[in-house]
Amino acid sequence: MSRLDVKTRDTAQMVVEGLYKDLERRIIASPPGLCPVDMASSFLKMCHAQTCGKCVPCRVGLGQLHHLIEDVLDLSEDVSLDIIPLIERTAMAIRDSADCAIGTEAANMVLRGLAGFREDYIEHVTNHRCTESIQRLKQPVPCVALCPAGVDVPGYTALVLEGRCADAVRLIRMDNPFPTVCALICEHPCEARCRRNLIDAPVNIRGLKRYAVDHCGKVPVPRPMDETGKKVAIIGGGPSGLTAAYYLSLMGHRAVVFEKRSHLGGMLRYGIPSYRLPRKRLQEDIDAILSVGVEVKNDFNIGGENSIQDLRDEYDAVYISIGAHTHKEIGIPNEYARGVISAVEMLRSIGDDTMPDFRGKNVVVIGGGNVAMDVARTAKRLGAAKVSIVYRRRRDDMTALPEEVEGAVAEGCELQTLKAPARIECTPEGDVKSLWVRPQIAGTTDRSGRPKPVDSTEPEENFPCEIIISAIGQATDTQDFEKYGIPINRGSIVASSSSDVANIPGVFAGGDCVSGPSTVINAVAAGKVAAANIDTYLGFHHAIEKDVEIPAPRYSDHLPCGRVELKERQAGERGGDFGEIEKGMTEEEASQEALRCLRCDHFGLGVFKGGRVEQW
Amino acid sequence: MVKLTIDGQKVAVKEGTTILEAAKEAGIDIPHLCFLKGINEIGACRVCIVELKGMNKLVTACNNMVESGMEVFTNSAKVRSTRKTNVELILSDHDCKCATCMRSGNCSLQTIANDLGILSVPYRPIAEKNRWDKSFPLIRDASKCIKCMRCIQICDKVQNLNVWNVSGSGYRTTVGVSENRKIEDASCSLCGQCITHCPVGALRERDDTDKMFAALADPDKITVVQVAPAVRAAWGEGIGLFKEEATMGRLVSALRRMGFDYIFDTTYSADLTIMEEGSEFLERFKNKKQYKWPMFTSCCPGWVRFAKTQYPDMLPNLSTAKSPQQMFGAMTKTYIAQTLGIAPEKIFSVSIMPCLSKKFEAGVPVMASTQYGQDVDLVLTTREIDRMIRADHIRAEDLKDEPFDDTFGTGTGAGVIFGATGGVMEAALRSAYYLLTKKNPDPDSFRRVRGMDGWKEASFEIEGVPVRVAVASGLGNARKLMDAILSGSVAYDFVEIMACPGGCAGGGGQPIHDGEERAEDRGTVLYGLDRSSECRFSHENPAVRRTYEEFLSEPLSKRAHSLLHTDFTQWTLENER
Repeated sequence: MSRLDVKTRDTAQMVVEGLYKDLERRIIASPPGLCPVDMASSFLKMCHAQTCGKCVPCRVGLGQLHHLIEDVLDLSEDVSLDIIPLIERTAMAIRDSADCAIGTEAANMVLRGLAGFREDYIEHVTNHRCTESIQRLKQPVPCVALCPAGVDVPGYTALVLEGRCADAVRLIRMDNPFPTVCALICEHPCEARCRRNLIDAPVNIRGLKRYAVDHCGKVPVPRPMDETGKKVAIIGGGPSGLTAAYYLSLMGHRAVVFEKRSHLGGMLRYGIPSYRLPRKRLQEDIDAILSVGVEVKNDFNIGGENSIQDLRDEYDAVYISIGAHTHKEIGIPNEYARGVISAVEMLRSIGDDTMPDFRGKNVVVIGGGNVAMDVARTAKRLGAAKVSIVYRRRRDDMTALPEEVEGAVAEGCELQTLKAPARIECTPEGDVKSLWVRPQIAGTTDRSGRPKPVDSTEPEENFPCEIIISAIGQATDTQDFEKYGIPINRGSIVASSSSDVANIPGVFAGGDCVSGPSTVINAVAAGKVAAANIDTYLGFHHAIEKDVEIPAPRYSDHLPCGRVELKERQAGERGGDFGEIEKGMTEEEASQEALRCLRCDHFGLGVFKGGRVEQW
Repeated sequence: MVKLTIDGQKVAVKEGTTILEAAKEAGIDIPHLCFLKGINEIGACRVCIVELKGMNKLVTACNNMVESGMEVFTNSAKVRSTRKTNVELILSDHDCKCATCMRSGNCSLQTIANDLGILSVPYRPIAEKNRWDKSFPLIRDASKCIKCMRCIQICDKVQNLNVWNVSGSGYRTTVGVSENRKIEDASCSLCGQCITHCPVGALRERDDTDKMFAALADPDKITVVQVAPAVRAAWGEGIGLFKEEATMGRLVSALRRMGFDYIFDTTYSADLTIMEEGSEFLERFKNKKQYKWPMFTSCCPGWVRFAKTQYPDMLPNLSTAKSPQQMFGAMTKTYIAQTLGIAPEKIFSVSIMPCLSKKFEAGVPVMASTQYGQDVDLVLTTREIDRMIRADHIRAEDLKDEPFDDTFGTGTGAGVIFGATGGVMEAALRSAYYLLTKKNPDPDSFRRVRGMDGWKEASFEIEGVPVRVAVASGLGNARKLMDAILSGSVAYDFVEIMACPGGCAGGGGQPIHDGEERAEDRGTVLYGLDRSSECRFSHENPAVRRTYEEFLSEPLSKRAHSLLHTDFTQWTLENER
């Protein structure tokens, strides 16, 4: 034997490394509805395999913990509720006395589970089964289960594969009247647990939807049902309000949208830059929605002479979907100096076609979310000499999608992370001169699961600039609604999961004004839920039905195959204009990608329990 | 000095003191199981956990150092609950059938579990299934193993043979023979240090007491037993006697009660060994060029096994003299039978040894000088003879001292110190001096080779000729010494090596005291016996003289050669009984 050897990995080790990756993907592909106790037990078994075996708590304890949880899961009659405190005591002993993180963290997982889904443990011990809530979550098709609006993903990927793009759009509209908008900017939660992860990577679902809307031509909307004579007022013409209006109109009700601004679309128009969502494409969806007979009253401000009370009296039901359009304060000295603007304010004026002039200016953007990236990239397009994004946490902790951050950087925006804004320095005339920041270090993890930034001992830094854009979050202007008696909690309207507002019959609410700033698909889902429940409230049960035949799955061995990613225009080329960045799939790409879909509507539990909602 | 509080008591200790030691200084015993000072400080059992003020996680007291201002709690609610849970977990992984365990009553796990008042274990019994060849002298019972890892550490760090290692993974992590070998193929010296450092009953010697009782009960067998020097310094420990009570005479008396027919002293053959080995040394010394140097003692079979597997090229350097056990055995079925007027075929030759390897040595095929079976039919360790005394419910403390049987119960102080490190060397030098000068030296002139150092060296002038000697005990020390010899950095004429640290007094067959090393104390007892002996020179042992006069004629004679010498290359390690 030589004194030292170069470390090489043998075949077994390399295969195991591959299996680790497979397992990671497998965990990602876990659909909702799995028994959390069973998962905890299975995780524990794996954790136990990682023990080095030196210490008792980890080597013996994790195994015994696993046995105990298996006893809980077993259908045996002789397990009593005493087992739960025993599991707890054992896990605590392991957590407190294991020598290293292999044991400690495995025990922590069990303890977190005991706190988080204790009723599942109890249900297993007392009734030998999973809780009802878990069983209800059990759905055969992960992408549909995870789409807030429940769009029939396998259905439309199958239609795209057959080249039936118009039918695909028709099918999508059954659950979501914004197929084009979502094709362009949806955060695609459907892809998160795509079963294709088990093989290679999730299907590019949004990309396929985009292919459908790019190639469908003009798709007429279904004919509305017979008029009911009922009138519904919808306050706010954003994605949630328009969705509710669309379905209510289809159901034969008279839906009237009251919009504060001069254009419809809400944040889709006043928040999302046109290089991501060109106005023309947004208009396609709006036009289709309006074509079912939705009425619109623009520039209509609630409050003052137009009170909610009046609307409630005049209409049979009211849906509040006013979004979250006001900015939050930064809370540092001089934040109202000339040159400090909020992101919502800036994007709103752009939405109304008033472009600020940033030519040659130094712009500092404060924030780390998608909106911060949007305004930074917009500022760049408006001619800013330099755009710096100042964020108090690390890049990894940004809430913005990684591709948005990447896009901003590619277009020349500079990231200044771990810098907390301290104060704004002004010229004697009251104009912004610079932003002072306090350098931070990433500290212990906070409740959001991210390291909490804390002041470092380094001296404050200075960013000279003429413009500061704050993009640290949005809020809802709830004043007038609160006066009317609408319940408000932490700045948002309180509504139930069926959208109704407590104690005020006939008033419903949903979207960002209820959930806080969120995604377009969540807003759409809220609108859909509201439409259904308003219909019921009005005394009807109109069904929105599937009117497209879904093709049978093609035969495929589903060999691993690359995921088609959408291409973008070169950063240098796109950074100076507001033209769309992203390019859709080619036909070749779309058919390959569509074939990657595993058709969970037909295979697995889908074939047994039905993989499709035929109507709602 | 570091100032801290432990359970509210103010303590000041030296920097670098562990919490466990600091607590002990304050009179607080923190329970622990895997800890073995200097050898195993790995915090595996998590029994010695304590709570530190300001910390959520508990820490192990055995391997964490005190810090100034620390507030330690050894019995907080969290510590109590966690310690108990951890011991319960250990018990779930342990075959808790204490009634049939030879360590019952001397088991650290049993003590701790009892102390904690654990009356039942809430976990599923998961003790590993045992798979082991029960005929091998060293037996590991996997179902008892608590994976404290001490055996691995002792073998690695002290004995340097790396016989044991962690094996399996995850759940099935356990201790196994290293490199996926079988114990028979693992170059194990059978020193038994892993046994004497096991806190529970997972490691033990092969128990031969049933065979012994059967022989005692057999009317056709005449039992002849020899008692090794080191046994007399330790046998009382295993049956709860005070040191002063555990006299050799009482052991003889106990053996007689049990029904042994002839009770002799291995010291007699130790003296015989000195005659043969001393003469061999002088013979080699006179014809220096014909031999490889240095000459090594060969009375420790653990060392012989070590030499055969680790330094096979050095075998010619070993004295060809058999060990005292084997010399006694060879004489038993020849000269002793003849002297006593008994039929050698009826003799059941037994030895009581502080040693595990002796069980192997007795079974080596060439260790049969007559046609009446092996020279030594059965080897019992000190622990086994203690168990037999207990089995026969003999109250040893009430027994009167009785002498050995005539003649072959006669030994000298020189033979007695065979049981301590350096003793063989000292005894050999005493007689070599006489053989060269025909004068006795002061018996204490060679005392420089005494003591617990693992590697001692000295040079003595006899008749103007310098004799360079070295003594090593513990196989890790032996390896260092061997490598130094091979590299030429040291040179000696005569080297004594004992496999166990401290020599046979610390042998692997001796009574077990968890956390204590008793070799030095027992060695002191042996040197005391030597000092108070009437005769302190092997060559003056009247029984030895008579043996030469009546039977062997002189050291290294033809008969002596055939009965008292061996060729170690003929020894096969695979033939353990």
